Amino acid sequence: MNREGRPTQPQVATPHMPKTFTGNRALQVAEALIFETGRNDFTGVDLDPPAPFTPRLGGLERKSAIGLPGLSEPEAMRHYVRLSQKNYAIDLGPYPLGSCTMKHNPRLNEKMARLPGFADIHPLQPVSTVQGALELMEELAGWLLKLTNMQAVALSPKAGAHGEMCGMMAIKAAISARGEAATRKVVLAPESAHGTNPATAAALGFSVRVVPAGPDGLVHPDAVAAALGPDVAAIMLTNPNTCGLFERDIVEIARLVHAAGAYFYCDGANFNAIVGKVRPGDLGVDAMHINLHKTFSTPHGGGGPGSGPVVLSSRLAAFAPVPFLKREGERLTLVENAEGTEAFGRMTAFHGQMGMFVRALAYILSHGADGLAKASEDAVLAANYVRVSLGDVMSAPFGDKICMHEALFDDRWLKDTGITTLDFAKAMIDEGFHPMTIYFPLVVHGAMLIEPTESESLVSLTLFIATLRDLVFSALRGETERFLGAPHYAPRKRLDETAAARKPVLRWTPPQPVKA
Amino acid sequence: MRYLPLSAENREDMLARIGVAAIDDLFADAPRDALLTSPLDLPSRKSELEVERRLSALAGKNVAAGAVPFFVGAGAYKHHVPATVDHLIQRSEFLTSYTPYQPEISQGTLQVLFEFQTQVANLTGMEVANASMYDGSTGAAEAILMAHRVTRRRKALVSGGLHPHYAATARTLSDMAEDEIRILPPDPLASEDLIGALDDSLSCVVVQSPDVFGNPRDLRPLAEACRAKGVLLIAVVTEALALGLIESPGAMGADIVVGEGQSIGNGLNFGGPYLGLFAAREKYLRQMPGRLCGQTVDADGRRGFVLTLSTREQHIRREKATSNICTNSGLCALAFSIHLSLLGETGLKQLALINHANAVALADALEKVPGVKVLNRAFFNEFTLQVQGSAADLVERMAARGVLAGVPVSRLLPGAGLDDLLLVASSEVNTDEDRAVLLDALQAEMRA
Repeated sequence: MNREGRPTQPQVATPHMPKTFTGNRALQVAEALIFETGRNDFTGVDLDPPAPFTPRLGGLERKSAIGLPGLSEPEAMRHYVRLSQKNYAIDLGPYPLGSCTMKHNPRLNEKMARLPGFADIHPLQPVSTVQGALELMEELAGWLLKLTNMQAVALSPKAGAHGEMCGMMAIKAAISARGEAATRKVVLAPESAHGTNPATAAALGFSVRVVPAGPDGLVHPDAVAAALGPDVAAIMLTNPNTCGLFERDIVEIARLVHAAGAYFYCDGANFNAIVGKVRPGDLGVDAMHINLHKTFSTPHGGGGPGSGPVVLSSRLAAFAPVPFLKREGERLTLVENAEGTEAFGRMTAFHGQMGMFVRALAYILSHGADGLAKASEDAVLAANYVRVSLGDVMSAPFGDKICMHEALFDDRWLKDTGITTLDFAKAMIDEGFHPMTIYFPLVVHGAMLIEPTESESLVSLTLFIATLRDLVFSALRGETERFLGAPHYAPRKRLDETAAARKPVLRWTPPQPVKA
Repeated sequence: MRYLPLSAENREDMLARIGVAAIDDLFADAPRDALLTSPLDLPSRKSELEVERRLSALAGKNVAAGAVPFFVGAGAYKHHVPATVDHLIQRSEFLTSYTPYQPEISQGTLQVLFEFQTQVANLTGMEVANASMYDGSTGAAEAILMAHRVTRRRKALVSGGLHPHYAATARTLSDMAEDEIRILPPDPLASEDLIGALDDSLSCVVVQSPDVFGNPRDLRPLAEACRAKGVLLIAVVTEALALGLIESPGAMGADIVVGEGQSIGNGLNFGGPYLGLFAAREKYLRQMPGRLCGQTVDADGRRGFVLTLSTREQHIRREKATSNICTNSGLCALAFSIHLSLLGETGLKQLALINHANAVALADALEKVPGVKVLNRAFFNEFTLQVQGSAADLVERMAARGVLAGVPVSRLLPGAGLDDLLLVASSEVNTDEDRAVLLDALQAEMRA
């Protein structure tokens, strides 16, 4: 009981918040650019000048100024901490971005990646001095192969799309080795594919033939059969697919693809739904990338770094790019040059995202085979729980069909409300949630793709569902203000993306003096 | 399992709510004979302590750069990174956020990217920079594709001074894309005639400076020759710190600048994750790969930042995209940006000068060792040493003496007849004592 006569709750909602002198709103502090506050003649790192010496730069000394402000350590600390407070994060709350897999990032993994024996070793120091690193790569590779039942793994791709590129290069190399490079120039992909799939195929000189999905959101063998021909190099299929559904006829599709002399590339972005439950190698897959930053929870870091190892079937294993590991008894070595091997080439300098390998292996060892399967099950359980808990008020494109790790809704239920999928998503921000993936997959109108992951407690899921139901009823009641102006409480209101694209301002430039 | 919040009771309640009897009913669309009904024959879960023990044991088998006199470079460099950097990049809001697709709740990441783009543009002397690529090598391969789009030609010329891993990465992508690429022979003395090799069928010429052998290259005459033939000049920098001391590629006339940003803010990490820097002249903006962050205003007229020009990108443009790239190196870009904002222009120049001074001191000392010769006339913090016999064997023997002496050129270019060349790098982390240990060990080996 309040005995002090001091109100502990706001008496009335303040309709218009008073302006502050600074523009700050308590913990939300406006933060200038470093170029506006820093000074080019200041440094926050104490460095003594070297003793006088004669430079040997060949006359190429920099003569131009650079334009880089320096900050003292306390200034830098505040700048970046204040900026960080303008970000949503999985550590703050649910981040149900479908297809992106925002699950908990264990800090043990961060600690392990920072061990000097991993973080402070050079990719080109003698292999005799990095045997532990190579062993770690071998151990991770072993897990990936066993979890997928595949023959070989290329660890070096730097992210999922880079892994896709790698897998499709292996396929192209295999087709060339068969002497069919000139004739097999088509890649099949369903409309619902990630944009990276057609982009990858096109970058490698393939043209893309779209395979329509059925009304149930699945790719059907007859549609694949109709699209197959002697000109087809491969099919790129995501499983579970981007609608969150397991491709029921995947084994038959693989059989048809192989019978036509083509390869099966599986986009493994959604592998997290089936780890320990189904092995892609048992489904007829020839190549699949694994996003370590999704399935094995290496942090997304605001947009990378990722890591995209590619597992390959026996039909493609020989074409894996360099570098790869080779065991010679007790000793591990790296094969770093493609000459004299069947390797199709090289994806990147050095050996891949070692920092992510350490984190992924820490995650895998922590879970074990039992825990990995349980994580997949919980992810699928949570998505279906969300699906049935919202299915009576939101419209699902494929009815009450069971989903895998993500639940897909469309915008039919918003018809005549004047509210769009985007508005609905922005209103979720005001409620303290990161929105789901919206407008993807493209095959569903106004798509809302919700991936809760296995990291949410039932309490958290319950609040999420209750909040979305409240928003749904609010939308149906015509309370448009809650949506059209949203977000109201975020560090920024809706941003003008059209203006940003029309006249791009991509860097800070010093203010120009105004002419009198 | 410590990462899974659902209890057995929760799971039962949720299955009941869904209306199925067992968890495997949710996997009903998986082929019956492919569905695993018991855990795979693999180890089961481990406690935090057990995982720490296992991974620490593996880490302990490696020789960390900080533990020995260390002179290894060739595209990845050991530098001191202020403690502030690693603390800040572990802030939950940076570490555990996604790509900033919802800008209203991603202004932290977006403002950092805007600042990063400005830093990279200023450092390279270019007009625009993107929000990063995977690393320098993939950035260089993408720059060639970009030049093909800009010029509508499909043939690249690559200097023999480009890092061989970069050249191999570019060759792989070019071959697979059915473009032409001509890579000149290894060029330890920077004596190749690139201008003489130009013709107007080329889309671009790719030159690294300082090159993989450590030679800074004067790009100005080449830039002029390129302009006359409508060829784009792609400059590659594998040691970003060099830009603190050497004239920027932009000022020397480059059209596209690609860099490896690892050496600012990021550790060695056995080769990754690293940070691709990508900058270009503004007129080529719409052919650039990768994400771009732009300034705009919100509904209240306040300044804010968004991802922009995404009509170039795969999620919008699909098979017509400028690149298939999706994820980039956000957190590495953050580390780069924090370190660079601590250094500032003054600190960056000072740090670069210290690196150069250390390398000059080392080269001067090495030139006095009988049996070895410094090939470079000029260099920044790395140079090529000619030794007697196999440099690869020498490096192994030096490692046995507790010194990581450099990268034998034969590791990068086997069969090129350059087995007696050793790349030696020196940075601010090397002490006088480190140098003395290297010299003693080398003298002992040369006598042996």
